[in-house]
Amino acid sequence: MSKEVELTPPLSDADVMALEIGDRVLISGVLYTARDAAHKRLIDMLVAGQKLPVDLKGQILYYVGPSPARPGRVIGAAGPTTSYRMDSYTPTLLALGLKAMIGKGKRSPEVIAALQQYKAVYLAATGGAGALIAKCVKRAEVVAFPELGPEAVHRLEVENLPAIVVNDCQGRDLYDEGVRQYAVPG
Amino acid sequence: MRQIEAGAITRAVKEAAIAANYELGEDLLAALARGEQEEESPAGREIFRQLLENARIASRERVPLCQDCGLTVIFAEVGQETRIVGGGFEQAVQEGVRQGYGEGYLRKSLCHPLTRQNTGDNTPAVIHTEIIPGDRLKLTVVPKGGGSENMSRLFMLKPAQGWAGIKESVVTTVKEAGPNPCPPIIVGVGIGGTFERAALLAKKSLLRELGAPNPDPQLAALEKELLDAVNKLGIGPQGLGGRITALGVHLLMQPCHIASLPVAVNIQCHASRHKEIEL
Repeated sequence: MSKEVELTPPLSDADVMALEIGDRVLISGVLYTARDAAHKRLIDMLVAGQKLPVDLKGQILYYVGPSPARPGRVIGAAGPTTSYRMDSYTPTLLALGLKAMIGKGKRSPEVIAALQQYKAVYLAATGGAGALIAKCVKRAEVVAFPELGPEAVHRLEVENLPAIVVNDCQGRDLYDEGVRQYAVPG
Repeated sequence: MRQIEAGAITRAVKEAAIAANYELGEDLLAALARGEQEEESPAGREIFRQLLENARIASRERVPLCQDCGLTVIFAEVGQETRIVGGGFEQAVQEGVRQGYGEGYLRKSLCHPLTRQNTGDNTPAVIHTEIIPGDRLKLTVVPKGGGSENMSRLFMLKPAQGWAGIKESVVTTVKEAGPNPCPPIIVGVGIGGTFERAALLAKKSLLRELGAPNPDPQLAALEKELLDAVNKLGIGPQGLGGRITALGVHLLMQPCHIASLPVAVNIQCHASRHKEIEL
Protein backbone atom coordinates (compact mmCIF):
# COMPACT_ATOMS: atom_id res chain seq x y z
CA MET A 1 0.00 0.00 0.00
CA SER A 2 1.23 3.47 -0.81
CA LYS A 3 1.99 5.73 2.13
CA GLU A 4 2.53 9.41 2.84
CA VAL A 5 6.09 10.40 3.76
CA GLU A 6 7.63 13.72 4.79
CA LEU A 7 11.06 14.32 3.26
CA THR A 8 13.66 16.89 4.24
CA PRO A 9 17.03 16.90 2.46
CA PRO A 10 19.82 16.00 2.85
CA LEU A 11 18.54 12.46 2.24
CA SER A 12 20.34 9.27 3.23
CA ASP A 13 20.35 5.89 1.47
CA ALA A 14 17.91 4.68 4.13
CA ASP A 15 15.53 7.60 3.48
CA VAL A 16 15.19 6.81 -0.20
CA MET A 17 15.24 3.01 0.19
CA ALA A 18 12.12 3.30 2.38
CA LEU A 19 10.21 4.80 -0.55
CA GLU A 20 8.11 2.79 -2.99
CA ILE A 21 6.31 3.74 -6.18
CA GLY A 22 2.96 5.37 -5.50
CA ASP A 23 4.08 6.83 -2.15
CA ARG A 24 3.00 10.45 -1.75
CA VAL A 25 5.79 12.64 -0.42
CA LEU A 26 5.67 16.11 1.08
CA ILE A 27 9.03 17.85 0.75
CA SER A 28 10.21 20.60 3.06
CA GLY A 29 13.56 22.36 3.18
CA VAL A 30 16.03 23.18 0.42
CA LEU A 31 15.74 22.17 -3.25
CA TYR A 32 18.02 23.14 -6.12
CA THR A 33 16.55 23.79 -9.57
CA ALA A 34 18.13 22.82 -12.88
CA ARG A 35 16.75 22.18 -16.34
CA ASP A 36 18.22 21.75 -19.82
CA ALA A 37 20.85 24.50 -20.02
CA ALA A 38 21.94 24.22 -16.36
CA HIS A 39 22.44 20.47 -16.72
CA LYS A 40 24.66 21.01 -19.73
CA ARG A 41 26.71 23.59 -17.80
CA LEU A 42 27.08 21.29 -14.77
CA ILE A 43 28.27 18.39 -16.88
CA ASP A 44 30.65 20.63 -18.88
CA MET A 45 32.17 21.79 -15.57
CA LEU A 46 32.69 18.20 -14.42
CA VAL A 47 34.31 17.30 -17.74
CA ALA A 48 36.63 20.30 -17.33
CA GLY A 49 37.52 19.08 -13.83
CA GLN A 50 35.90 22.06 -12.10
CA LYS A 51 34.06 22.07 -8.76
CA LEU A 52 30.27 22.39 -9.09
CA PRO A 53 28.61 25.54 -7.70
CA VAL A 54 26.40 23.36 -5.44
CA ASP A 55 27.25 20.15 -3.60
CA LEU A 56 24.61 17.67 -4.78
CA LYS A 57 25.35 15.01 -2.14
CA GLY A 58 22.06 14.01 -0.49
CA GLN A 59 20.18 16.74 -2.36
CA ILE A 60 17.02 16.94 -4.47
CA LEU A 61 17.05 18.55 -7.93
CA TYR A 62 13.81 20.09 -9.15
CA TYR A 63 13.41 20.35 -12.94
CA VAL A 64 11.78 23.75 -13.19
CA GLY A 65 12.22 27.06 -14.96
CA PRO A 66 9.98 29.38 -12.94
CA SER A 67 8.18 32.38 -14.40
CA PRO A 68 9.38 35.77 -13.05
CA ALA A 69 8.16 36.86 -9.61
CA ARG A 70 5.97 39.93 -9.36
CA PRO A 71 7.44 42.56 -7.01
CA GLY A 72 6.76 41.44 -3.44
CA ARG A 73 6.33 37.80 -4.43
CA VAL A 74 8.76 34.94 -3.84
CA ILE A 75 8.43 33.32 -7.27
CA GLY A 76 6.12 33.12 -10.28
CA ALA A 77 4.58 29.84 -11.43
CA ALA A 78 6.87 26.91 -10.61
CA GLY A 79 5.65 23.54 -11.88
CA PRO A 80 7.84 20.70 -13.17
CA THR A 81 9.17 20.41 -16.71
CA THR A 82 9.45 17.15 -18.70
CA SER A 83 12.32 15.05 -17.35
CA TYR A 84 13.51 12.90 -20.28
CA ARG A 85 15.54 15.80 -21.66
CA MET A 86 17.81 15.51 -18.61
CA ASP A 87 18.23 11.71 -18.92
CA SER A 88 21.64 11.75 -20.61
CA TYR A 89 23.09 13.89 -17.77
CA THR A 90 21.39 12.17 -14.82
CA PRO A 91 23.57 9.08 -14.10
CA THR A 92 26.65 11.33 -13.74
CA LEU A 93 24.86 13.48 -11.15
CA LEU A 94 23.55 10.42 -9.29
CA ALA A 95 27.15 9.18 -9.04
CA LEU A 96 27.93 12.42 -7.16
CA GLY A 97 25.36 11.53 -4.49
CA LEU A 98 22.20 13.23 -5.82
CA LYS A 99 19.35 11.42 -4.05
CA ALA A 100 16.16 12.54 -5.80
CA MET A 101 14.81 14.45 -8.75
CA ILE A 102 11.40 16.06 -9.18
CA GLY A 103 9.99 16.38 -12.68
CA LYS A 104 7.25 14.91 -14.82
CA GLY A 105 7.21 12.21 -17.48
CA LYS A 106 9.11 9.02 -18.16
CA ARG A 107 12.80 8.35 -17.50
CA SER A 108 15.12 6.23 -19.66
CA PRO A 109 16.11 2.64 -18.78
CA GLU A 110 19.62 3.99 -18.06
CA VAL A 111 18.28 6.43 -15.46
CA ILE A 112 16.07 3.76 -13.87
CA ALA A 113 19.10 1.44 -13.60
CA ALA A 114 21.22 4.26 -12.15
CA LEU A 115 18.54 4.89 -9.48
CA GLN A 116 19.00 1.27 -8.36
CA GLN A 117 22.79 1.43 -8.53
CA TYR A 118 23.20 4.70 -6.60
CA LYS A 119 20.11 4.42 -4.34
CA ALA A 120 17.99 7.34 -5.44
CA VAL A 121 14.39 8.05 -6.48
CA TYR A 122 12.50 9.93 -9.18
CA LEU A 123 9.47 11.92 -8.07
CA ALA A 124 6.72 13.51 -10.16
CA ALA A 125 4.95 16.74 -9.29
CA THR A 126 1.78 17.76 -11.12
CA GLY A 127 2.67 19.22 -14.51
CA GLY A 128 0.72 22.38 -15.26
CA ALA A 129 -0.01 23.14 -11.61
CA GLY A 130 2.59 25.94 -11.52
CA ALA A 131 0.49 28.44 -9.58
CA LEU A 132 -0.46 25.84 -6.96
CA ILE A 133 3.08 24.51 -6.45
CA ALA A 134 4.45 28.08 -6.18
CA LYS A 135 2.47 28.42 -2.93
CA CYS A 136 4.88 25.90 -1.35
CA VAL A 137 7.94 28.02 -2.19
CA LYS A 138 8.89 30.27 0.73
CA ARG A 139 12.25 31.60 -0.50
CA ALA A 140 14.04 31.63 -3.83
CA GLU A 141 17.48 32.84 -4.87
CA VAL A 142 19.71 32.27 -7.87
CA VAL A 143 22.92 30.47 -6.86
CA ALA A 144 24.53 29.74 -10.24
CA PHE A 145 24.41 30.71 -13.92
CA PRO A 146 22.26 33.88 -13.54
CA GLU A 147 22.80 34.58 -17.24
CA LEU A 148 20.53 31.61 -18.03
CA GLY A 149 17.46 33.54 -16.80
CA PRO A 150 14.64 31.07 -16.06
CA GLU A 151 17.17 28.25 -16.55
CA ALA A 152 19.53 29.49 -13.81
CA VAL A 153 20.14 27.24 -10.79
CA HIS A 154 17.90 28.47 -7.97
CA ARG A 155 17.99 27.52 -4.32
CA LEU A 156 14.39 27.14 -3.17
CA GLU A 157 13.11 26.77 0.36
CA VAL A 158 9.85 24.86 0.24
CA GLU A 159 7.17 23.67 2.65
CA ASN A 160 5.14 20.55 1.99
CA LEU A 161 5.71 20.43 -1.75
CA PRO A 162 3.63 17.44 -2.91
CA ALA A 163 5.02 14.79 -5.25
CA ILE A 164 4.59 11.09 -5.96
CA VAL A 165 7.26 8.38 -6.20
CA VAL A 166 7.40 7.22 -9.85
CA ASN A 167 10.72 5.29 -9.90
CA ASP A 168 12.08 3.75 -6.72
CA CYS A 169 15.37 2.00 -5.83
CA GLN A 170 13.88 -1.38 -6.80
CA GLY A 171 13.63 -0.49 -10.48
CA ARG A 172 9.85 -0.20 -10.45
CA ASP A 173 7.98 2.32 -12.61
CA LEU A 174 4.62 3.76 -11.54
CA TYR A 175 3.90 4.97 -15.07
CA ASP A 176 4.11 1.37 -16.39
CA GLU A 177 2.24 -0.23 -13.50
CA GLY A 178 -0.45 2.46 -13.24
CA VAL A 179 -1.24 2.40 -16.94
CA ARG A 180 -1.38 -1.43 -17.02
CA GLN A 181 -4.07 -1.29 -14.35
CA TYR A 182 -6.37 0.89 -16.47
CA ALA A 183 -5.55 -0.06 -20.08
CA VAL A 184 -8.48 -1.63 -21.95
CA PRO A 185 -7.40 -4.31 -24.47
CA GLY A 186 -8.35 -3.85 -28.13
CA MET B 1 -11.81 51.03 -45.91
CA ARG B 2 -11.86 50.80 -42.14
CA GLN B 3 -8.67 52.02 -40.49
CA ILE B 4 -7.12 50.15 -37.60
CA GLU B 5 -4.27 51.68 -35.63
CA ALA B 6 -1.20 49.49 -35.25
CA GLY B 7 -1.07 50.62 -31.60
CA ALA B 8 -4.53 49.13 -31.00
CA ILE B 9 -3.26 45.78 -32.32
CA THR B 10 -0.28 45.94 -29.95
CA ARG B 11 -2.51 46.69 -26.95
CA ALA B 12 -4.95 43.91 -27.86
CA VAL B 13 -2.19 41.30 -28.26
CA LYS B 14 -0.55 42.36 -24.99
CA GLU B 15 -3.78 42.04 -23.01
CA ALA B 16 -4.73 38.76 -24.66
CA ALA B 17 -1.32 37.23 -23.96
CA ILE B 18 -1.59 38.12 -20.28
CA ALA B 19 -5.23 37.02 -19.95
CA ALA B 20 -4.59 33.71 -21.74
CA ASN B 21 -1.84 32.86 -19.27
CA TYR B 22 -3.84 33.71 -16.12
CA GLU B 23 -7.35 32.57 -16.98
CA LEU B 24 -8.35 29.10 -18.09
CA GLY B 25 -11.41 29.09 -20.39
CA GLU B 26 -14.84 28.07 -19.11
CA ASP B 27 -14.81 25.07 -21.44
CA LEU B 28 -11.60 23.74 -19.87
CA LEU B 29 -12.81 24.42 -16.33
CA ALA B 30 -16.01 22.48 -17.06
CA ALA B 31 -14.04 19.56 -18.53
CA LEU B 32 -11.71 19.42 -15.50
CA ALA B 33 -14.68 19.53 -13.09
CA ARG B 34 -16.33 16.68 -15.00
CA GLY B 35 -13.05 14.76 -14.90
CA GLU B 36 -12.88 15.09 -11.12
CA GLN B 37 -16.32 13.47 -10.94
CA GLU B 38 -15.84 10.77 -13.59
CA GLU B 39 -12.22 9.58 -13.31
CA GLU B 40 -12.06 6.13 -11.69
CA SER B 41 -8.45 6.32 -10.53
CA PRO B 42 -8.08 7.98 -7.09
CA ALA B 43 -4.68 9.45 -8.09
CA GLY B 44 -6.31 10.78 -11.26
CA ARG B 45 -9.14 12.44 -9.34
CA GLU B 46 -6.56 14.11 -7.10
CA ILE B 47 -4.82 15.49 -10.23
CA PHE B 48 -8.11 16.99 -11.47
CA ARG B 49 -8.65 18.53 -8.02
CA GLN B 50 -5.17 20.10 -8.10
CA LEU B 51 -5.67 21.46 -11.61
CA LEU B 52 -8.95 23.13 -10.63
CA GLU B 53 -7.32 24.64 -7.54
CA ASN B 54 -4.38 25.75 -9.68
CA ALA B 55 -6.77 27.58 -12.05
CA ARG B 56 -8.45 29.33 -9.13
CA ILE B 57 -5.12 30.48 -7.67
CA ALA B 58 -3.83 31.67 -11.06
CA SER B 59 -6.94 33.74 -11.70
CA ARG B 60 -7.16 35.18 -8.18
CA GLU B 61 -3.48 35.98 -7.68
CA ARG B 62 -2.60 36.91 -11.27
CA VAL B 63 0.04 34.20 -11.57
CA PRO B 64 0.50 32.18 -14.77
CA LEU B 65 -1.36 28.84 -14.79
CA CYS B 66 1.91 27.19 -15.83
CA GLN B 67 5.50 28.45 -15.66
CA ASP B 68 5.75 27.49 -19.34
CA CYS B 69 3.99 30.54 -20.74
CA GLY B 70 4.60 29.13 -24.17
CA LEU B 71 5.79 30.13 -27.56
CA THR B 72 3.09 32.59 -28.63
CA VAL B 73 1.21 31.43 -31.71
CA ILE B 74 -1.13 34.02 -33.23
CA PHE B 75 -3.91 33.27 -35.67
CA ALA B 76 -4.95 36.47 -37.43
CA GLU B 77 -7.98 36.89 -39.64
CA VAL B 78 -7.64 40.19 -41.44
CA GLY B 79 -10.69 41.60 -43.21
CA GLN B 80 -9.76 42.71 -46.72
CA GLU B 81 -11.60 46.00 -46.18
CA THR B 82 -9.32 47.05 -43.33
CA ARG B 83 -6.26 49.24 -43.57
CA ILE B 84 -3.65 49.13 -40.84
CA VAL B 85 -2.17 52.55 -40.16
CA GLY B 86 0.62 53.89 -37.97
CA GLY B 87 2.93 50.87 -38.31
CA GLY B 88 3.34 47.41 -39.75
CA PHE B 89 0.96 44.60 -38.79
CA GLU B 90 3.60 42.02 -37.89
CA GLN B 91 5.68 44.52 -35.93
CA ALA B 92 2.56 45.58 -34.01
CA VAL B 93 1.81 41.95 -33.08
CA GLN B 94 5.40 41.24 -32.01
CA GLU B 95 5.44 44.40 -29.90
CA GLY B 96 2.23 43.24 -28.18
CA VAL B 97 3.87 39.92 -27.31
CA ARG B 98 7.00 41.70 -26.05
CA GLN B 99 4.96 44.02 -23.81
CA GLY B 100 2.60 41.31 -22.59
CA TYR B 101 5.37 38.93 -21.57
CA GLY B 102 7.23 41.77 -19.83
CA GLU B 103 4.36 43.49 -18.02
CA GLY B 104 2.54 40.24 -17.24
CA TYR B 105 5.56 38.59 -15.55
CA LEU B 106 5.32 35.75 -18.07
CA ARG B 107 8.27 33.45 -18.69
CA LYS B 108 10.32 34.16 -21.80
CA SER B 109 10.82 30.75 -23.34
CA LEU B 110 12.35 31.37 -26.78
CA CYS B 111 15.99 30.85 -27.65
CA HIS B 112 18.42 30.55 -30.56
CA PRO B 113 18.13 26.93 -31.74
CA LEU B 114 21.90 26.34 -31.73
CA THR B 115 23.44 28.63 -29.10
CA ARG B 116 20.30 28.31 -26.89
CA GLN B 117 20.64 32.02 -26.05
CA ASN B 118 17.25 33.31 -24.81
CA THR B 119 15.77 36.04 -27.05
CA GLY B 120 14.77 37.83 -23.85
CA ASP B 121 11.23 38.93 -24.73
CA ASN B 122 9.46 35.81 -26.03
CA THR B 123 9.57 37.04 -29.61
CA PRO B 124 9.37 36.20 -32.42
CA ALA B 125 5.83 34.89 -32.10
CA VAL B 126 4.62 32.56 -34.86
CA ILE B 127 1.90 34.40 -36.81
CA HIS B 128 -0.55 32.73 -39.20
CA THR B 129 -2.47 35.31 -41.22
CA GLU B 130 -5.58 34.75 -43.31
CA ILE B 131 -7.28 37.39 -45.45
CA ILE B 132 -11.06 37.20 -45.06
CA PRO B 133 -14.02 39.23 -46.42
CA GLY B 134 -15.26 42.20 -44.42
CA ASP B 135 -13.71 44.92 -42.28
CA ARG B 136 -12.96 43.13 -39.00
CA LEU B 137 -9.64 41.98 -37.63
CA LYS B 138 -9.73 38.92 -35.41
CA LEU B 139 -6.71 37.74 -33.42
CA THR B 140 -6.43 34.51 -31.46
CA VAL B 141 -3.46 34.41 -29.10
CA VAL B 142 -2.31 30.88 -28.26
CA PRO B 143 0.58 30.39 -25.81
CA LYS B 144 1.80 26.88 -26.73
CA GLY B 145 3.82 24.92 -24.19
CA GLY B 146 6.97 23.08 -25.22
CA GLY B 147 6.28 19.80 -23.42
CA SER B 148 3.16 18.96 -25.40
CA GLU B 149 4.51 20.42 -28.65
CA ASN B 150 7.51 18.07 -28.39
CA MET B 151 5.19 15.04 -28.37
CA SER B 152 3.45 16.07 -31.62
CA ARG B 153 4.06 14.20 -34.88
CA LEU B 154 3.54 14.31 -38.62
CA PHE B 155 2.90 11.22 -40.76
CA MET B 156 2.97 11.06 -44.56
CA LEU B 157 0.81 7.93 -44.96
CA LYS B 158 0.15 5.94 -48.10
CA PRO B 159 -3.42 6.42 -49.39
CA ALA B 160 -3.93 2.62 -48.98
CA GLN B 161 -3.52 3.00 -45.21
CA GLY B 162 -6.77 4.99 -45.09
CA TRP B 163 -8.73 5.57 -41.88
CA ALA B 164 -7.09 2.60 -40.13
CA GLY B 165 -3.69 4.19 -40.72
CA ILE B 166 -4.89 7.57 -39.48
CA LYS B 167 -6.32 6.01 -36.33
CA GLU B 168 -3.13 4.06 -35.67
CA SER B 169 -1.06 7.24 -36.14
CA VAL B 170 -3.13 9.13 -33.56
CA VAL B 171 -3.18 6.29 -31.01
CA THR B 172 0.56 5.64 -31.41
CA THR B 173 1.38 9.32 -30.93
CA VAL B 174 -0.62 9.53 -27.70
CA LYS B 175 0.72 6.19 -26.43
CA GLU B 176 4.36 7.07 -27.03
CA ALA B 177 3.84 10.50 -25.47
CA GLY B 178 2.56 8.79 -22.31
CA PRO B 179 2.92 11.06 -19.25
CA ASN B 180 5.22 13.59 -20.98
CA PRO B 181 2.75 16.13 -22.46
CA CYS B 182 0.83 16.66 -19.17
CA PRO B 183 -2.32 14.59 -19.69
CA PRO B 184 -5.28 14.96 -19.67
CA ILE B 185 -4.57 16.25 -23.15
CA ILE B 186 -6.50 17.55 -26.13
CA VAL B 187 -5.52 15.93 -29.42
CA GLY B 188 -5.57 18.09 -32.54
CA VAL B 189 -5.55 16.11 -35.78
CA GLY B 190 -5.06 17.61 -39.24
CA ILE B 191 -5.78 15.34 -42.20
CA GLY B 192 -4.98 16.19 -45.81
CA GLY B 193 -3.52 19.23 -47.52
CA THR B 194 0.26 19.17 -47.77
CA PHE B 195 3.10 18.46 -45.33
CA GLU B 196 2.83 21.91 -43.72
CA ARG B 197 -0.93 22.33 -44.11
CA ALA B 198 -1.71 19.15 -42.16
CA ALA B 199 0.30 20.52 -39.22
CA LEU B 200 -1.47 23.86 -39.41
CA LEU B 201 -4.89 22.16 -39.52
CA ALA B 202 -3.96 20.13 -36.44
CA LYS B 203 -2.97 23.25 -34.52
CA LYS B 204 -6.02 25.18 -35.69
CA SER B 205 -8.37 22.40 -34.63
CA LEU B 206 -7.27 22.99 -31.02
CA LEU B 207 -8.92 26.43 -31.08
CA ARG B 208 -12.43 24.94 -31.17
CA GLU B 209 -14.35 25.14 -27.90
CA LEU B 210 -13.73 21.96 -25.91
CA GLY B 211 -16.89 19.84 -25.80
CA ALA B 212 -18.53 21.61 -28.74
CA PRO B 213 -19.31 19.06 -31.45
CA ASN B 214 -17.53 19.19 -34.79
CA PRO B 215 -19.96 20.96 -37.19
CA ASP B 216 -19.37 18.16 -39.72
CA PRO B 217 -21.33 15.09 -38.46
CA GLN B 218 -18.98 12.66 -40.24
CA LEU B 219 -15.93 14.20 -38.54
CA ALA B 220 -17.81 14.32 -35.23
CA ALA B 221 -18.28 10.53 -35.40
CA LEU B 222 -14.61 10.00 -36.27
CA GLU B 223 -13.56 12.25 -33.37
CA LYS B 224 -15.59 10.11 -30.98
CA GLU B 225 -14.01 6.93 -32.33
CA LEU B 226 -10.52 8.40 -31.82
CA LEU B 227 -11.33 9.68 -28.32
CA ASP B 228 -12.60 6.25 -27.26
CA ALA B 229 -9.46 4.58 -28.68
CA VAL B 230 -7.12 7.04 -26.95
CA ASN B 231 -8.87 6.71 -23.60
CA LYS B 232 -8.56 2.91 -23.75
CA LEU B 233 -4.79 3.36 -23.43
CA GLY B 234 -5.16 3.79 -19.65
CA ILE B 235 -2.55 6.59 -19.44
CA GLY B 236 -4.85 8.79 -17.36
CA PRO B 237 -4.20 12.16 -15.69
CA GLN B 238 -0.43 12.86 -15.55
CA GLY B 239 0.18 9.34 -16.87
CA LEU B 240 -0.37 7.74 -13.46
CA GLY B 241 -3.03 5.41 -14.89
CA GLY B 242 -6.70 6.21 -15.40
CA ARG B 243 -9.66 6.41 -17.74
CA ILE B 244 -9.29 10.02 -18.89
CA THR B 245 -6.17 10.44 -21.01
CA ALA B 246 -7.73 12.96 -23.41
CA LEU B 247 -10.48 15.51 -22.79
CA GLY B 248 -11.20 15.72 -26.50
CA VAL B 249 -10.01 14.93 -30.03
CA HIS B 250 -10.49 17.63 -32.66
CA LEU B 251 -10.30 16.96 -36.42
CA LEU B 252 -9.85 19.29 -39.37
CA MET B 253 -9.65 17.85 -42.86
CA GLN B 254 -9.11 19.10 -46.40
CA PRO B 255 -8.40 17.47 -49.78
CA CYS B 256 -4.88 16.20 -50.45
CA HIS B 257 -2.83 15.03 -53.47
CA ILE B 258 -3.91 11.70 -55.05
CA ALA B 259 -0.52 10.27 -54.01
CA SER B 260 -0.66 11.45 -50.39
CA LEU B 261 -2.36 11.11 -47.03
CA PRO B 262 -0.73 13.62 -44.65
CA VAL B 263 -1.75 13.30 -40.98
CA ALA B 264 -0.53 15.65 -38.25
CA VAL B 265 -1.13 15.10 -34.56
CA ASN B 266 -0.66 18.19 -32.39
CA ILE B 267 -0.84 17.43 -28.70
CA GLN B 268 -2.15 20.09 -26.33
CA CYS B 269 -1.68 19.85 -22.56
CA HIS B 270 -4.60 20.42 -20.18
CA ALA B 271 -3.60 24.10 -19.91
CA SER B 272 -5.18 24.81 -23.29
CA ARG B 273 -4.79 28.56 -23.39
CA HIS B 274 -6.23 30.72 -26.13
CA LYS B 275 -7.76 34.17 -26.13
CA GLU B 276 -9.71 35.72 -28.99
CA ILE B 277 -10.03 39.41 -29.65
CA GLU B 278 -11.80 41.28 -32.40
CA LEU B 279 -10.95 44.79 -33.52
